[in-house]
Amino acid sequence: MKRLAPGTLPVFAVLAILLVALAFAGPAYEHPQGYIALLKRAAPLMILALGQYFVIVTGGFDLSVGSLVTAEVVIAARLLDGNEDRTWPVLLLLIGFGALVGLVNGLISTVLEVPSFITTLGMLLILEGAVFLWTDGAPRGALTESFRQWGRMGFEDVPWIGQLPYSVLILLALGTAAALFMRTGMGRLVLAVGDNDTSVRLAGGRVRTIRTLAFVVSGISAAVAAILLGGFSGVSAQVGGGLEFEAITAVVLGGVALGGGRGSVVAAMAGALTLKALFSLLNLLGISGALESTVQGVIIVAAVAYAAADTGWRDRVLRSKARSTAQPGPPAPDVVTTS
Amino acid sequence: MTALDASTATAVPRRKLQMPGSTATVYLALGLTLVVGSLLVAERGGTLLDQPGITKILTLCTALGLVAIGQTIAIVAGSLDLSVAHLIGLTSLVTAEVMAGQNGRIVLAVAAALGVAALVGAVNGLVVTKLKVNPFIATLGMALVLQGVLEHRYTGPAGETTRDFQRLGYDRVGPVPVSFLVMLGVAALAWWLLARTRTGHHIYAVGGDAEIARVSGVRVSRTVITAHVLCALAAGATGIFLASRLGAGAPYVGTDASYDLQSIAAVVLGGALLAGGRGGVIGTIGGVMLLACLDTTFDDLGVDPFLKDVVRGSVIIVAVALYARRKPGGRT
Repeated sequence: MKRLAPGTLPVFAVLAILLVALAFAGPAYEHPQGYIALLKRAAPLMILALGQYFVIVTGGFDLSVGSLVTAEVVIAARLLDGNEDRTWPVLLLLIGFGALVGLVNGLISTVLEVPSFITTLGMLLILEGAVFLWTDGAPRGALTESFRQWGRMGFEDVPWIGQLPYSVLILLALGTAAALFMRTGMGRLVLAVGDNDTSVRLAGGRVRTIRTLAFVVSGISAAVAAILLGGFSGVSAQVGGGLEFEAITAVVLGGVALGGGRGSVVAAMAGALTLKALFSLLNLLGISGALESTVQGVIIVAAVAYAAADTGWRDRVLRSKARSTAQPGPPAPDVVTTS
Repeated sequence: MTALDASTATAVPRRKLQMPGSTATVYLALGLTLVVGSLLVAERGGTLLDQPGITKILTLCTALGLVAIGQTIAIVAGSLDLSVAHLIGLTSLVTAEVMAGQNGRIVLAVAAALGVAALVGAVNGLVVTKLKVNPFIATLGMALVLQGVLEHRYTGPAGETTRDFQRLGYDRVGPVPVSFLVMLGVAALAWWLLARTRTGHHIYAVGGDAEIARVSGVRVSRTVITAHVLCALAAGATGIFLASRLGAGAPYVGTDASYDLQSIAAVVLGGALLAGGRGGVIGTIGGVMLLACLDTTFDDLGVDPFLKDVVRGSVIIVAVALYARRKPGGRT
């Protein structure tokens, strides 16, 4: 049996409690369909969390994913403009655009050595401005049915669960691929870059390439999330608003250390599902509207505090400082030890 | 930093053009923006730096400057505060509601707003240090909490500030608003605190390396909490100033202008390291003025507001890329 990565147990415990609580809170969750619907709603955020995981675990931040999602949906609507036969080219273009934005983020962060927080903050402003500059301030055009099916349709009449949404299948495929990748040698190298980039560089690892690719993965995952979200909820200028913070919260909730080097991708995605389950539960309990965000804030901080109980803040700060100060000389011996 | 630059300049004469420090760079960029902006505006038959122009730039500087001074302290301490935008909205409401249009309650209103701010800052600091929650998540959580309070209690502007109090926002000496001078006073105070006091040195030490600071006898938790309280107080000052400008409190006055990310951008433009331990108030004020000048120039040129975002984003990235070039190993 596979052993759980350290720090990931709390999120699965919280998730299990929430899923059980949902069954008691609302009649919709008496049948498996309720949980499939929850998974369908959570799929875009879980995919975003997957991408964000790669950036965070290599020691960065990606604040641009929210505005990238908005940009992708607005671009899709304008380019499609209701033409069914343009669906596939536009889908490819969206993935390509996501990859390009990620590549630019990655190159600026690695080659120009701009902290990724600032790079992606700048990218957030640029994307927000550029997209609405292009569409004169409001989203125009329309999505096609064959575009929207990915976010809202699925295989019908599946025994026991009813509809099996395409988004859940896409989520499972991407999640499995990411989890398998993290078990390969390359995946361990990704973790090592976040843990101690100096020793990876001295050992001949291509730190910059790996960091850049992490941003590309994040960009592509934002594109996929945008395709699902556009299909699920349609075109709006607010579709991606705040998603970057939700994705980062989800990843941290999954026990992944900000600063990098620690955490599992499955737990990060479980963190996203936990967030969505929490929102659903709050809704069922009637804490909607005004005080909802207050409760969210308190619970997020409490959950992260709980998850951080073994990997403390000071400890993490220490590790990140050790990384940045150990530039020219040999790395400090206590940093290289692996368990 | 400057001493080091000077010594290398004398030791290796005319090796290459002396690179200015990051503080000098931001003021150079500011000067350049003003010259280019003035020329472009003059081209279209206007004047950038006429009296209304200067007043507008300096008023923008006051609001962003106050909160950015606080953000500087938090960032130098190795933390950051994403809750300031919501806190600004909340303190503007507290000011206006406590004042309720009565001159006799001005002092009480200001004290109440600062008290609320200090409380929020203390909670931020305690969550970061005692519960060991990453500052990014801790202050994001606080932002959500405050947002819920704002949405729950308010639907729009509330309270009323008195005419006399509004003079704080509108009086000026020549083209210079009085509030700008107050902001400079706060900046001077913060500079003195960071550069000349024991607390200030502790803040730099903790931001530079919390563990080394701890084994050197610095009380890390207390220092980080202090930094968060000061940061929140500065955000509270912005809220009070905006209440005086608006004549009332407004729940979304802070978030609409995204003072959270703007203040972080200003601090980083001023040459601070996001990882902590390096930065200062003088650089931050330069960053604030640069952002305000860009904004005013674009408004005078009638530039599309969306293009403003694009340029602002590019300026932030390019500026930080320039700083990163000359600082070995200063990357997060």
